[in-house]
Formats: sequence, C-alpha cells, structure tokens
Amino acid sequence: MGLQSTFEVKEDVLIVRLSGELDHHEAEKLRDEWKNMLYHHPVKHVVLNLEQVSFMDSSGLGVVLGRYKEVLQLGGQMVVCSIPHSIKRLFEMSGMFKIIRLEENEMFALETLGVAS
Amino acid sequence: MRNEMHVEFSSVSQNESFARVTVASFVAQLDPTMDELTEIKTVVSEAVTNAIIHGYNNEPDHKVSITCRYDEEGEVEIVIRDYGVGIEDVDEARQPLYTSKPELERSGMGFTIIENFMDSVEVISKHGEGTSVYMKKQLTKSKTVYN
Repeated sequence: MGLQSTFEVKEDVLIVRLSGELDHHEAEKLRDEWKNMLYHHPVKHVVLNLEQVSFMDSSGLGVVLGRYKEVLQLGGQMVVCSIPHSIKRLFEMSGMFKIIRLEENEMFALETLGVAS
Repeated sequence: MRNEMHVEFSSVSQNESFARVTVASFVAQLDPTMDELTEIKTVVSEAVTNAIIHGYNNEPDHKVSITCRYDEEGEVEIVIRDYGVGIEDVDEARQPLYTSKPELERSGMGFTIIENFMDSVEVISKHGEGTSVYMKKQLTKSKTVYN
C-alpha cells in the first residue's frame, strides 16, 4: 500500500502528515522529501502527524531520529501527534518519547509551539 | 493442527511488505489478536530488512527465504534466512542502538524490537555463508467461544 506524505508550513512549524506503511522501502524517499522541506522553508519546529500510519518498523524510527537531529540543530522541537496504538508501543519500546514530545492531536501540538489555529 | 509454509523471494526492498503480509496471512489462520499480528509483521519486516541491507548490502540478485510453522498449541515459529555476508559479532549486533551502517540513518533498534515482540530469538550466522534468525512466539490461547 506504500506511503503517502504531505507537508504544510504554518509560521515556523513544518507539519508532516504521513499515511500508509513506513518501512525501509519507503524510508529513503520520505527522508529526501522531508529534508528538502526543512532546508527550503524558514521553519524551526516539526509536528509529525501519524494518524493514518498503519505500519512502522525500525527503519521508520531511523528517519524520524534523523530529522529530530536536524530540528535540534535548527534550535527547534519535534512533536509527534495522533499516534496509533501499535506505533505508540514501538515508540515506547525504543525510548523515543524521552526525546520527542507526544501530543494528542495536531491542534494541541501546534498550540504548544505557539501557532494559533 | 500443525501447518507450515515456505517462501523465497528476491532481495529487493519492495518485498519487505510482501514478506510481512504473507506471514501475517498464514498466521491469521490461528485467529491472533491485532497486537500479535502487528508484532509478527514487525519482526518479519525487521529481519527481512536486515537480510537485504546487511546480508546482501542492498544487492538485488539474491534470495531471502522464510519458513513459518505453527503447532496445535498455537506456538508460531518463523525462520528468516539469507545467504549473504554474515554477521561477525552477533552479540554486538543485538545491542540496542548498534548499527554497522550509521551512514544509512538506521535506528539500530531492529534486533531489540524482535526480542521484545517474540518469546525467543536465536541468530545463527557464519561469515561468508549467511544468517538465519529463528523466532518463536506463543499466541494467546483460543478466544472465548460463543454458542
């Protein structure tokens, strides 16, 4: 079923919405698109919306961690939101929530970054 | 009843999805929970990805094989095998966050996830001959039966 990704910039926040399956096969293309958005727009923070993601494995974690490091260098934060149960378990097991904040939905996530909806 | 299946496919990343869906369809005959099915799909994806990236260095002209069987008790065994370069130090490879290819942006969590999602994991690897990952998981006993 593959992976679809859409990007939106709101003030200094890049919103990344993913849908489908994020594995090694899909990871490379996503990384390129995501990096491209980070470097060609004046953004600082990332909100990662995982609501429509039906599968993720450690290759997906690798892409998220890679962008997390870039966001840190921009002096920003990464916030993940609307995370499905199965992916939340994967994030918990991997200690991702020690570095990436979790919010219930996109609106809350944007609010915590000072973006009015 | 006992049941077994075997598939072999080219070492290309498109087949990662094929592999996990195939094993999940086979195991679905045991009526697993959603969590169990997700766990099995995830470990298959991890081991097949390892075979393609590490076992075969992303070369597409090799084969990855999967054998999956289950027994009367609902214990599932999955064996994922490649005939690639092998892992020099299996204990090191199984450490959380370890990756032999940091330039590829790997999380290093593959084996850790496999160990968490399965009851037992054994990795047999020989330099130049390949790697076999043996994984077992006991599914929760049959769900409530309604008359």
